[in-house]
Amino acid sequence: MKADIFHRLQAARRARSSCALVTRIADGVQALVVAGNVTGELVLAPAQLEEIAARLLAESSGPLASDDGLFVRVYAQPARLLVVGAVHISQCLAPMAAMAGYAVTVIDPRRAFANTERFPDVALCDEWPDEAMARLVPDGQTAVVTLTHDPKLDDPALVAALASPAFYIGALGSRRTHAKRVERLIEQGVDPGQIARIHAPVGLDLGGRSPAEIAVAALAQIIQVRHRHDL
Amino acid sequence: MAAETDEIFDRIEQWQNAGKGVALATVMRTWGSSPRPAGSHLAVDETGAFCGSVSGGCIEGAVIAEAKAAIADGRPRRLEFGVSDEQAWEVGLACGGRVEVYVERVE
Repeated sequence: MKADIFHRLQAARRARSSCALVTRIADGVQALVVAGNVTGELVLAPAQLEEIAARLLAESSGPLASDDGLFVRVYAQPARLLVVGAVHISQCLAPMAAMAGYAVTVIDPRRAFANTERFPDVALCDEWPDEAMARLVPDGQTAVVTLTHDPKLDDPALVAALASPAFYIGALGSRRTHAKRVERLIEQGVDPGQIARIHAPVGLDLGGRSPAEIAVAALAQIIQVRHRHDL
Repeated sequence: MAAETDEIFDRIEQWQNAGKGVALATVMRTWGSSPRPAGSHLAVDETGAFCGSVSGGCIEGAVIAEAKAAIADGRPRRLEFGVSDEQAWEVGLACGGRVEVYVERVE
């Protein structure tokens, strides 16, 4: 790999841009595709660029279908996890999710909770959840989990999440707490069909009770929903 | 995948900044029950220190040796491991899968 390609690849990753590195296996000649721009010595045909664009979307590395002498390595933007509530469970969930490859942001307007002492190396946001969600714009590669237990904070985040294509929405709270939450959301005019998207009680039923165990259960469910479309 | 990739590429940069030669191995294709999917990386420095994985630990030793050779001569390599290959069996893809790995020096 030429130094120029390596440096461009590093820059793209740091800018959180999706990119694809294409290698001709026979001689190691390469091209890097970032946002449709191609650099490097390898010349790619329009049809190949089209396939590479599709592979980027599908996050699928491998030999090109049109020419298996070309290998494409896709570096996709990481999935995001927006955690509402800088609570004890979040202190476990944020580093675990980061290890699993998620770009994590913890949202909580209460500075006593959301501070770097409690959350070293975690992106923190001290806006109100509805403002934060409007700015962070959850997309199909985003999971949203509400953990504050406080309707003032959780509900606006859930309303915003339900209006988005977020692939996972989870809310902490018992079945009873969730039943009351559903009533409040219906009163606010949220469509009951949409409310059914909320995973509550949050997480797979692993039986654990500690903050770390609940974090594992929540993260496990997020991973399951992301990959097991058959469930 | 992102956190893993970040760690590997940051390590490559650290090794380069320390003046060390570096190679990158990438899984290109798998058949059967190979443990790591296409795109998985293993970075290796000239001393044999490594970061990441291209299997469950079965073929890393052989890939690291080839990576050190690639650092020395600058030529990329295409490696194949699988049960059909006597030598590869000794290297030990015990899971019965087959995997193709590309190894290149990072300039």
